[in-house]
Amino acid sequence: MSLDHLQEIPVGPYKHLVSERAIHGETMILNMGPQHPSTHGVLRLVLELDGEVVINCIPEIGYLHTGIEKNMEAKTYLKAEVMTDRLDYMNNMGNNLAYVMAVEKLVGLDVPPRAQALRVILTELQRIASHLVWLGTTALDLAAMSVFLYCFREREIILDIFEMVSGQRMMVTYFRPGGVWRDVPVEFESAVRDFIKLLPKRLDEYEALLTRNPLWLDRTVGIGKLEAATALQYGVTGPTLRASGVDWDLRKARPYTGYENYEFDVPVETKGDTYARYLVRVRELRESLKIVEQALNKLPMGPVRSDDRKFVPPPRSELGTSMEALIHHFKLWTEGFPAPKNSIYSAVESPRGELGVYLEGDGGPKPYRVHWRTPSFDNLSVLPKIVKGHLVADLVAILASIDIVLGDIDR
Amino acid sequence: MGVEEKLGDMGVVTTTLETAVNWARTNAMWPMLFGLACCAIEMMAAQASNYDMSRFGMELMRPSPRQSDLMIVAGRVSRKMAPVLRRLYDQMPEPKWVIAMGDCASCGGVFNNYAIVQGVDEVVPVDVYVAGCPPRPEALIHGVVTLFEKVKGEKFKDPAKA
Amino acid sequence: MDTKLEQIVKVLQEKAGATCEEFRDEVHVFIPAGQIVDVLTFLCDEHQFSLLSAMTAVDYLPQDATQPRFHVIYQLTSLVQNLSIQLRVPVRGDQFKVPTATSVFESANWREREISDMFGIEFEGHPDPRRILLPDDWEGHPLRKDYPLGYEEPQFTFNFEEIDVRKPYVKE
Repeated sequence: MSLDHLQEIPVGPYKHLVSERAIHGETMILNMGPQHPSTHGVLRLVLELDGEVVINCIPEIGYLHTGIEKNMEAKTYLKAEVMTDRLDYMNNMGNNLAYVMAVEKLVGLDVPPRAQALRVILTELQRIASHLVWLGTTALDLAAMSVFLYCFREREIILDIFEMVSGQRMMVTYFRPGGVWRDVPVEFESAVRDFIKLLPKRLDEYEALLTRNPLWLDRTVGIGKLEAATALQYGVTGPTLRASGVDWDLRKARPYTGYENYEFDVPVETKGDTYARYLVRVRELRESLKIVEQALNKLPMGPVRSDDRKFVPPPRSELGTSMEALIHHFKLWTEGFPAPKNSIYSAVESPRGELGVYLEGDGGPKPYRVHWRTPSFDNLSVLPKIVKGHLVADLVAILASIDIVLGDIDR
Repeated sequence: MGVEEKLGDMGVVTTTLETAVNWARTNAMWPMLFGLACCAIEMMAAQASNYDMSRFGMELMRPSPRQSDLMIVAGRVSRKMAPVLRRLYDQMPEPKWVIAMGDCASCGGVFNNYAIVQGVDEVVPVDVYVAGCPPRPEALIHGVVTLFEKVKGEKFKDPAKA
Repeated sequence: MDTKLEQIVKVLQEKAGATCEEFRDEVHVFIPAGQIVDVLTFLCDEHQFSLLSAMTAVDYLPQDATQPRFHVIYQLTSLVQNLSIQLRVPVRGDQFKVPTATSVFESANWREREISDMFGIEFEGHPDPRRILLPDDWEGHPLRKDYPLGYEEPQFTFNFEEIDVRKPYVKE
């Protein structure tokens, strides 16, 4: 029986990336295809294997390429914000924040303090939700399935809070240039306080299940060591970098939206292996909860959106009485606001690393060029370096610990 | 009447073959893991404990196409991914159904550009479309129940005539 | 501008013939294409700009032939000094070629592949010049300004049948 009908992966396109042994047929080239339960999205890995040991790993991306950057050039600044939620779909509020801060920096718009505090609370809640999903899916990949169900249960409470505030569970588009869309309802504070009381006990349960579990330690300690110098060379940022010993967090180094008013620590580990990355993220969950509590206690009263009518539409109640309000409203919704003919780069700290927006205006109402510096793109590029010599099962653990989201990578 | 009267309380029911087969198909339909983007997270949330989908027989999500009946295309399908999607659909054994979950799978969604297939029905035939961006887990469950209604009404095709 | 940045910009102006602009606390330095690798090495080794935060390109479809069509943009961050600087390389002429930065920063590898995929700018000396985000047999470079968006007309009730006939549905 001939085996010609089984398609082999041709070495041809990867000849310059695989070792000599693959070309002679000594090692096997295996496709860990775009549809796979543990690749966290549509990522294709071409692995060169010697038995079970990985010799080379070539990531192929682009299976989720959406053309968001080009599509945003065809819409006005306000309407383009809808697309930003869908980039890194675990961090919707964070993407909104990055874009809105970039627009405000470009046109020179101020944000009132109540809006800044609300932005901090919601961004940190989004960070908690993202890390919970990371914890659940990582545990699922390493066969600890009950943690997955528990984490999604907590995430539902956060999604209920988001729905109360903006009307949508995931794609919120709640932050707008100049502030937030509208004020939070009365039930917001009690819902968040209940959540703050609930989460620490639950986190203790999850840590009791995983942190000193000998099975978990066996699978994560010493796996996928990433040195600090290598990480910086490859452009890695976020918890992956902090687990290798580099203390760099944009919330502390270049504070934005009022983060300088709150006290919190930034967890840093030195070992750089999968277990260190796990510890950093679990500790970040607790720190985020501290920030949410402080921000909620200090929440000032006041307007939630800037008054500058050239960029921010007036409230509906004014439209009946004021002619200027009607003209501003008309101009903003039909044409949009103009931006100066210059460019800026503005970055925030997303749960995955440095999320930056390069925004260039051309004097008109539509952005001339929007580029998203997404953290998962660079974080993934370090994977071929740290997975050499490990087993395929370790590759799954390392990939889960780097925490990539394919929407971020492919845009 | 007839047979049922004679048998009385022996615990026997009579029905048509199609009803029995369709009942078996709907009560244990296994979906294939085909989460691409944001809708995949809502699909996972529908599978998790708050909106449990295993009440409807979808206890497991099989990553292998050879062992699944239902493909829930959850997320945006890019032009690079479309041949992969078609290949996986061809690898599924009959009978198979497709649910297009979300706006991007139904019609291209927010993204009307060069990179996204405008509606996954350009690649595979779709039975049920679930709208939303992303659809709530309850909407997905409603879509699944609609599919079950559709399957319950299916008739056998005569292989000689097909 | 920060005093440390001022000194760095002055050195760059003397050594590499750079020009500088400022906007909203940011420093944009224009570097000619031939000098970019030396400038990056200088900044990375001597002034600890160890993180290449972002690398992208912009297409200015020019009205006349004297203006450069593309600008390649490098955003560098120094962690120890907490400084940021943005380098812009105008790409002139018909052949869009820039020397590769992979010898200085490894993260430039994937970023340059993305720029050559989306804009068609060639990076001389790149170890792995393949398309990264689009399929290998794609023609064209989408982020150029003369590439169409690919907009498909939405199907409303008044034009439902016309578009339905043209749409490539799959029957089986």
